[in-house]
Amino acid sequence: MKFFRGSSGMETAVPAPGVPKLTRRSSGLGELTRTWDAAENFCVLDLGSTSPANIRHFTGRGHKIYSEDLLTASTDPAMFTPDESGALVLDSRKFLADNLVYPAAHFDVILCWNLPDYLDESLVKPVVGRLWSVLKPGGMLLAFFHTRDAGPDAPCYRFHVIGADTLEMTRIVLRPEARRGPASTGRSPVADGFQLQRVFNNRHIENLFRDFASIKFFLARDNVREVLVVR
Amino acid sequence: MSAPSTGLAQTAQIGKSVVIKGELSGSEDLYLDGQVEGSITLKGNSLTVGPNGQVKASVEAKGIVVQGKLEGNIQASDRVDLRKSAVVTGDITTQRISIEEGAFLKGKIDVHRTDGK
Repeated sequence: MKFFRGSSGMETAVPAPGVPKLTRRSSGLGELTRTWDAAENFCVLDLGSTSPANIRHFTGRGHKIYSEDLLTASTDPAMFTPDESGALVLDSRKFLADNLVYPAAHFDVILCWNLPDYLDESLVKPVVGRLWSVLKPGGMLLAFFHTRDAGPDAPCYRFHVIGADTLEMTRIVLRPEARRGPASTGRSPVADGFQLQRVFNNRHIENLFRDFASIKFFLARDNVREVLVVR
Repeated sequence: MSAPSTGLAQTAQIGKSVVIKGELSGSEDLYLDGQVEGSITLKGNSLTVGPNGQVKASVEAKGIVVQGKLEGNIQASDRVDLRKSAVVTGDITTQRISIEEGAFLKGKIDVHRTDGK
């Protein structure tokens, strides 16, 4: 009897043991907090690894929070299908049939974190399209993008909200069995975690969120651009 | 099979070799280390899904502790504890929740607070 379809992919991302936790100020989070401070009972979608701190932060203020780790979900072997040449590739239709399945205009806030930088190329646009549809008009999405100066080995972090504009970051590592995805997928080997897939410039980011009503950039000191978009 | 001591005199146990399909209900605490598919209702009592437990069911209890895998919606009148080995897919409605680092959750968390007297 098999109860958990594709559950193997759900246990692959873990915080690196013994790695110190870093804290950073986030202007994007600060603005988001100021905007939503007076709101009651709003609905948040957190797309990072399950974070007890984030759950505590939002439920403690009476809000609902949904947790869905899309990056880890994208390593699930069940999401791959063979292309014309027989090589296994991520199937965005299959991925969106299993993930981000919510009613339209359901969320007030989406915490996207650094997902677009590390997500497989084939999933980025379909995922952003789905995020647009599940975000309420006027709702906000927070995303982080590395600048070119960050370099190709920029580590992937999970983000924990510990204050109105303060985040704690812990590096994510993959367990060995998940580092390459299914055999013969042609995906780049990853040393010990998710690999930065690309660097978006401002124009790419504006194109990515072209269907949204507005976009605001915040340049941080750690080679990261924070982006707050409003549907 | 032996379950961790809960300090309660009456705790029913379902061992890891046991597979149940259907409706499970009762009026005593339950330690579940096997597989259950269907629904679990323990109003006023606690459910512990052990590290080997695999549950595909909607669950309703006073307190729910998850160490294993649970797919289905959780409704706890008191509290939910997700331990570090927990893998939960489903929505959680509870008054209090505790989640250890490393626990996996895909779903909604809705915490209803009631003022104690």
